[in-house]
Amino acid sequence: MKYVTEFRSSDLAKGLLERIHATSRRRIRLMEFCGGHTVTVFRYGIRKVLPDSIEMVSGPGCPVCVTANSDLDRAIALARLPRVTIATFGDMFKVPGSRGSLQEAHAEGADVRMVYSPLDALRISRENRDRMVIFLGIGFETTAPTVAASVLQAEQEGLENYFVLSMHKICPPALRALADSGEVRLNGLICPGHVSAITGSQAWVPFAKDYGLPCVVSGFEPLDVLQTVWMLVKQIEEGRSEAEIAYRRGVTFEGNTHARRVMAEVFETCEADWRGFGKIPGSGLKLSARFERFDAQEVFDVDPGPAVESVGCQCGAVLRGVVSPPECPLFRKMCTPEDPVGPCMVSSEGSCSTWYQFGGDLES
Amino acid sequence: MCLAIPAKVLSIEQMSAVVDMGGVRREVSLMLTPETAVGDYVLLHCGYAIQRLDEDEALETLRIMQDSGLLEESR
Ligand code: SF4
Repeated sequence: MKYVTEFRSSDLAKGLLERIHATSRRRIRLMEFCGGHTVTVFRYGIRKVLPDSIEMVSGPGCPVCVTANSDLDRAIALARLPRVTIATFGDMFKVPGSRGSLQEAHAEGADVRMVYSPLDALRISRENRDRMVIFLGIGFETTAPTVAASVLQAEQEGLENYFVLSMHKICPPALRALADSGEVRLNGLICPGHVSAITGSQAWVPFAKDYGLPCVVSGFEPLDVLQTVWMLVKQIEEGRSEAEIAYRRGVTFEGNTHARRVMAEVFETCEADWRGFGKIPGSGLKLSARFERFDAQEVFDVDPGPAVESVGCQCGAVLRGVVSPPECPLFRKMCTPEDPVGPCMVSSEGSCSTWYQFGGDLES
Repeated sequence: MCLAIPAKVLSIEQMSAVVDMGGVRREVSLMLTPETAVGDYVLLHCGYAIQRLDEDEALETLRIMQDSGLLEESR
């Protein structure tokens, strides 16, 4: 078992597809909450082989994309402070804020370093005691525990020059906002696999029960997504609405309780600003009082100035699933991965970047 | 960003492990999955193992997929 190639078998895909075609009767719309699923759907041409009755829309599950300009501006303002080093996941580097990006700040002399892990940021802190190293905490429940663990480790080691700017967000409140708005009619939800590895499928039970929205947690290989679609179609055709798991090898009902404990030790929930949604109560994570000295928001006083949105960019509507990237007038014309206007074109799992990369403009 | 990659745990020393990711070796933290044992496959995200993979469940999933195909063929 390699846990990868097995889940790419075209024979098994054929069987699942036949099953989907044979079972699907109603016209339905399914949302991939997670940008990673959108990538799988496009990379393996899944949209093209599904029955016409099934429409797929992408959702807000791209942490970089939903980061509001006000937060980006703060990160960029921090980068411009003397003796500050910013450590960030690469996806954030090119994202345009209200006035420039981290990349531009870097070109103008700011010390911005791309890292793969918060552990790399800890190492940079250890090796550069004369600098204040701020890690940009971006990500959902998948990533927040890793950043929480890095803060615990910094505390243990007595590292005094490690800070976190937490822009972490949690998924269920955003999904609730999406469902409450009634803006897009959804018949089923492809639930994020690695968020669920932490939260467990229990996180989606309220959506299945209270909103009557069939939910299935999916992995990221093509067979995972096909199996998830099949399970959703079955729920819909049978008139059921449950929170099920297709990704059983990585996700349980309970999730990773230990990781959630680490996360709860370091972070507490707060209001967060989501691109496309605005402020959602209880949807963000900030460092709790005990860890205030690691909190870049508390320690550094910067004025990022007023947040301004790029003119014409439809990222907000794309993230709510109401506009598809080719419907944005800037798509492929003014806005490309080389010269992105909005974050959905920058992040490797942003819808606009996925449509651009896999020729998604040829479909609708 | 929520990408997590399966990796096999080769050795463990305290809270860190050496894993094999398709031929590449890496050191990762087990702070979020302290119950991990040598030989386990874990989901790796940002330098941390965030969950252990369950081989029985993986085989069962493949079996279900197989059955779904066979059912169609025998129809
Ligand atoms: S194509 Fe560019 S400008 Fe249009 S919504 Fe996507 S990121 Fe924004």
